[in-house]
Amino acid sequence: MKGETQVSEKVLMLGNEAFARGAYEAGCKLSAAYPGTPSTEISENIVKYDEIYSEWSPNEKVAMEVAIGASISGVRALASMKHVGLNVAADPLFTVSYIGVNGGLVIIVADDPGLYSSQNEQDTRAVARAAKIPVLEPSDSCEAKDFVKYAFDLSEKYDTPVIVRTTTRLSHSQGLVELNERLDIEDKPYVRDFAKNVMMPGNAKGRHLFVESRERALAEDGYDFPINTVEYNDSKIGVITSGIPYQYVKEALPEASVLKLGIVNPLPRRLIEEFASKVETLYIIEELDPIIEEQVRSWGIEAVGKDILTVQGEYSANMIKKAIKGEDVYIAKAAEIPNRPPILCPGCPHRSVFSVLKKLKIRAAGDIGCYTLGAVAPLSVVDTTICMGASISSLHGMEKAKGKEYIKDWVAVIGDSTFLHTGLNSLMNMVYNKSTGTVVILDNSTTGMTGHQDHAATGLTLKGEATYSIDLEELCKALGVSNVHTINAFDTKKLEKTIKESVGLDEIVVIIAQAPCALLDKSPVTKQYTIDQDKCKRCGMCMKPGCPAITKKEDGSIEINDTMCNGCGLCVEFCKFDAIKSVKLK
Amino acid sequence: MDTKNIMIVGVGGQGTLLTSRILGGLTIQAGYDVKLSEVHGMAQRGGSVVTFVRYGKKVNEPIVEEGQADVLIAFEKLEALRYVHFLKKDGAIVVNDQRIDPMPVVIGAEKYPENIIEDLAKDHRVFRVDAIDEAKKLGNSRVFNVIVLGLAAQHMDFTKEEWLSVIEKTVPAKTVEINKKAFEIGYNL
Ligand SMILES: Cc1ncc(C[n+]2csc(CCOP(=O)(O)OP(=O)(O)O)c2C)c(N)n1
Repeated sequence: MKGETQVSEKVLMLGNEAFARGAYEAGCKLSAAYPGTPSTEISENIVKYDEIYSEWSPNEKVAMEVAIGASISGVRALASMKHVGLNVAADPLFTVSYIGVNGGLVIIVADDPGLYSSQNEQDTRAVARAAKIPVLEPSDSCEAKDFVKYAFDLSEKYDTPVIVRTTTRLSHSQGLVELNERLDIEDKPYVRDFAKNVMMPGNAKGRHLFVESRERALAEDGYDFPINTVEYNDSKIGVITSGIPYQYVKEALPEASVLKLGIVNPLPRRLIEEFASKVETLYIIEELDPIIEEQVRSWGIEAVGKDILTVQGEYSANMIKKAIKGEDVYIAKAAEIPNRPPILCPGCPHRSVFSVLKKLKIRAAGDIGCYTLGAVAPLSVVDTTICMGASISSLHGMEKAKGKEYIKDWVAVIGDSTFLHTGLNSLMNMVYNKSTGTVVILDNSTTGMTGHQDHAATGLTLKGEATYSIDLEELCKALGVSNVHTINAFDTKKLEKTIKESVGLDEIVVIIAQAPCALLDKSPVTKQYTIDQDKCKRCGMCMKPGCPAITKKEDGSIEINDTMCNGCGLCVEFCKFDAIKSVKLK
Repeated sequence: MDTKNIMIVGVGGQGTLLTSRILGGLTIQAGYDVKLSEVHGMAQRGGSVVTFVRYGKKVNEPIVEEGQADVLIAFEKLEALRYVHFLKKDGAIVVNDQRIDPMPVVIGAEKYPENIIEDLAKDHRVFRVDAIDEAKKLGNSRVFNVIVLGLAAQHMDFTKEEWLSVIEKTVPAKTVEINKKAFEIGYNL
């Protein structure tokens, strides 16, 4: 931005790292988030800046409200989350749109076209439109940083929260970024403002009018926002695009005229109309939903978009070349070879619990986390996955719909982080509404799926400071569940006995299966297992739990891979011939 | 110079992120514009992972597409086969001769293809190394990926000194020496 001093050479930064840097340079003082791919590294980088208070909140709704509180108190604040996290935070989002801000409020939301790590492919722009909140969309790491700063300025200028939308490709790509100094932003004074900050119906009516006029002002002023850029080249093809697809357009159609939108809600109508009038054929290239396209067409402008491009997955330069120029791009055929889906790691405690459930022929109402992988072969014990927290409440729903006998071969499985995120409410509901059923909390002392973030029951904050660690057993008891067992996740005998007994009871039982995530312990492996080929009968029983370290060779013999085995010993329990021996490592 | 396209493929958890970081450091040290695309999240749990590195005068697209890769670096041979159609006609494949069975193979639903490296070599320039074995000889099987990188370095436009200086800056201080040794092994193959 103008007038700032550059403090370094260009550095290579992940999109998410650049977002964090942008918040730092913008003088942001608070950041709250709940992890979620592909947004997690924003907080993991913000934590490096001591000037910013940063935290993992237990869920996105809480994170959003923490940031709103900071904004009301007069400082610049940030919340970040993945697209489905915005659903959890939708309640405060829709109303903070009315309240607006005191200190700037920016929300970074990461969409996942192509579903690299998500349960759906929703488009954040649609949520933002419904909430009437402006959305900025950067297209590389450099803009990621700059747009966050611009977002804070817009937020304060127009009295609105601002969403910065990213996608997996941007968040997880590295590009060059120029660093600047941190701006010295003074806290805004706090003044009680009943009509603006207390959203009771009478006040909300007034604020709704304000929101509508704010939308009109932003749409009008967008004509001059420097984050929208126009490149006039050949007038035959004109493209309106934004975000990462802009990069594909530049690669695929270097001769085209391009209107690159930095703000995608509300749309700068005058700018778009002007651009459209200067080109012969107008294309609108946006990943996921036709958000820009439908609005532009509704203004009577002819445009080509989803009629030739998909609403699913990521785009690429070749895809655009093919769709627009009809070019026959070279695509050699991929070999037909076995897939390699993600799997539970060697030594994962979830595998141990699932192997017991499988043995007992029990189905699991599942949840979201690494343990969702219990749904795939060879374990195949998880039958449902909806959203965070849904395991416990959907099991309760089954019980109420079909009766307690019906769920005697069911349990709910939920991770520790997910339990604290929203599972807690569901368990409260089971107690309140006199349910029965068994809930297994897979407590691996971390938020595993997203890369090991701490939470309220790990005893550490995002900054790595020691803090109170919530005792899950006491917590469940406090909710009114009297039958709570904490069991070592690798003690399969005790697990088997307890689960078998629990599902037979007409009450709520919580089993906390405890063992740290296998990847948490970074110390060298001290014990491994190997197969005694003389004793091995090649029955394949040890392969039942699906440990990737155990494989069958061409000649039928079974082998344990010594670069993968971490010595958990689960396979030993499955061998009836005493053929798996432990080996001590130095 | 035309934009150079490098792909690093492997199995989640094999350390593709470290290698892409080294490559990234190398390209900016040489003054190029660069974009790198990585995989974080679910696929890191033993899934098929791919990292794209593109460098040149000005880079837009952060991904490499089919038929565009100059060098394909594969930490596992089935993954080399999975992505070989991304290679340019005259591109080079650097492959670690390691077999990691994916779950469909482990459970017996599918077969791991035989003679992958020989088949790849029919149409492409293939350079193989048993990097796990070499790394074990060094006393730490974890540095196998830097051995593979050393072999790949033979087919890229940076000097050995440039590589070593970036490795020194990128890996944890305690492991600088062993990583440098690992690089040399691959580089001198
Ligand atoms: C609303 C929402 N926020 C965040 C995520 C991203 N996410 C997927 S699983 C998960 C938590 C995993 O932790 P845990 O429940 O402890 O299970 P683990 O992966 O450790 O087995 C998160 C944060 C999500 N899917 N939905």
